Amino acid sequence: MKNLNSKPSAASPFSIMMRKEMADHIRSWRFIVLITLIVLTFVASMYVSLSNIKSATDNTRDPDHIFLYLKLLTTTDNSIPPFHVFLSFLAPLLGISLGFDAINAEQNSGTLTRLLAQPVYRDNVLLAKFGSALVLVSVLFLALALSMIGGGLLLTGVRMEPQELLRILGFVALSIFYVAFWLSLAIVLSIIFRAAATSALSGIGLWLFFTVFYQIVVNLVIRSVLPDPAALSPDQILTYNEIIMDFLRIAPNQLYMDATTTMLMPSVRSIGPMTMEQMSGAIPSPLPFTESVMVVWPQISGMIGATVGCFALSYFLFMRREIRS
Amino acid sequence: MEDPIIQIKDLSKSYGSFRAVEGLNLNIHKGEIFGLLGPNGAGKTTTILMMLGLTEPSGGTVHVGGYLSAANPIPVKKIVGYMPDSLGFYDQMTAMENLMYIAGLNGLADAEGRKRALEMLDTVGLAAEKDKKTGVYSRGMKQRLGLAEVLIKKPEVIILDEPTLGIDPSGVKDFLSLIRSLSREHGITVLLSSHHLHHVQQICDRVGIFVKGKLLAEGNIESLSKELFGHEGYVTSVQVRQHIPNPWPLQNELMHWDGLRKMSIRGKEVEFTSSQDLTAELVRFFVKENYDVLSVHQKDYGLDEIYHKYFEGEQG
Repeated sequence: MKNLNSKPSAASPFSIMMRKEMADHIRSWRFIVLITLIVLTFVASMYVSLSNIKSATDNTRDPDHIFLYLKLLTTTDNSIPPFHVFLSFLAPLLGISLGFDAINAEQNSGTLTRLLAQPVYRDNVLLAKFGSALVLVSVLFLALALSMIGGGLLLTGVRMEPQELLRILGFVALSIFYVAFWLSLAIVLSIIFRAAATSALSGIGLWLFFTVFYQIVVNLVIRSVLPDPAALSPDQILTYNEIIMDFLRIAPNQLYMDATTTMLMPSVRSIGPMTMEQMSGAIPSPLPFTESVMVVWPQISGMIGATVGCFALSYFLFMRREIRS
Repeated sequence: MEDPIIQIKDLSKSYGSFRAVEGLNLNIHKGEIFGLLGPNGAGKTTTILMMLGLTEPSGGTVHVGGYLSAANPIPVKKIVGYMPDSLGFYDQMTAMENLMYIAGLNGLADAEGRKRALEMLDTVGLAAEKDKKTGVYSRGMKQRLGLAEVLIKKPEVIILDEPTLGIDPSGVKDFLSLIRSLSREHGITVLLSSHHLHHVQQICDRVGIFVKGKLLAEGNIESLSKELFGHEGYVTSVQVRQHIPNPWPLQNELMHWDGLRKMSIRGKEVEFTSSQDLTAELVRFFVKENYDVLSVHQKDYGLDEIYHKYFEGEQG
């Protein structure tokens, strides 16, 4: 009787949980709707950029015009925003909707108690919830990016620069980190709030706050606190500008926008204001990939840090909590 | 005698100033069916959660199968099957898938898990419904599926929290006899919590009465009843056709009887309390006095009385 349980088995409890969670997501209507939404925006922005790709690559005044595939991702005729801008507000939605009921739905339906009465570690439950959604999102983004590359290759026949591939993969990785942040935030909310609706609404509230209101609030505060710019020296204006940018960068979507813009537009050399002295002598040419990464490294580490912070908080809240339905 | 499989020592749990469980000491031996009996909110579920390491005790220890639940819950959960009171399944999955998932989490390979899941569904009588989604299951079916899920890991101990809640009376009977036969066949220790006295009375070897976080009494039903009502002796109630006036002229004569301590008259019914069994003598007396005896009832204390007695004592 005793030895029956310790028999070696095919899969660890964690991988079984991952499998089940992923199957749940794939079968859920929610995920299908979100995928459709993202695929549609992707197709729409690709269509617009493809129809404008000729003028974009012919424009020799743009130092980035040789990067056809990056242009495919960023070109637009201003009728709709490019894909990475779309993603900056769709990705939070994706993260929130995949995570907002991770824990509380199980708790309310009484399955969490049963699950935790099995010989599994508690953190594995959280990790499986987080990991399963993230794997699906990664696969989705990677598939989109690769199909874009493949499609571009077929349609234009232009050879791809290795740098472009790296940048596009970098963009995919950034998007995944960005979703990961919102996902872990949503999981924290699902632990804090017992009702799934409350946690979804507070997640969406935070998202709206950061995308819409945060900049307005920062601008309002700055305007009332800041001295009259006319009375300041250019140096002081620069310092104040830096401070304002730093405040804006608390918002995760600002970090994502900064990072993706630099990643997809190789000629972007700085994401803050630059003085004329800094600019003088610079040839408007694309930066190598590693340099672009260096420019946005603070943004990347900021996003990873925020994700890890949220995830740690969810551990802290969940590990010692009493599980009762 | 070998070590008890569940050992609870000075266990307590408080939520703020509210003490849910206070100084609980309890040993449960292998193969026993133990009933934890108490009103709602007595701390039964809290105690069970502490046994499984799902909540931390504020003081004291629980050992299950030799492992400390609070510090080392994984081996405890390997040998314990737990069925919570509000039972839920993944509604979008079929009964079979639900069971397979749990089997997988318990380290069973796919083929083995499938085989055992089918076996268990057969045991609890759900084999015909195995491919239905659990969302459409009735309460009683869910309860049986819950039992199948508990058994799939071949536990040494099963803990059932309010297992009879919400099932119809015939279902309760089947369910309890299933538990009893499983326990007897496989030597499984069963801990059962309930506020339904009769259910517990049917199958438990031993019961513990749990009120407001304290274990007031523990033992089998006879010993509990003796302990409680022993000092009162035998109680016989006699019902007759005629109305008995109060005071009753014959009362004095009866009170001179040896051993008769108390009598109370209620219309057509008289209740006698005596230190020895006087039932036969009393009936003879009534017949001699030309009363038509309709029924004689010798009181046998069941859990109901035991329970009320303790409950009253607690409130008083």
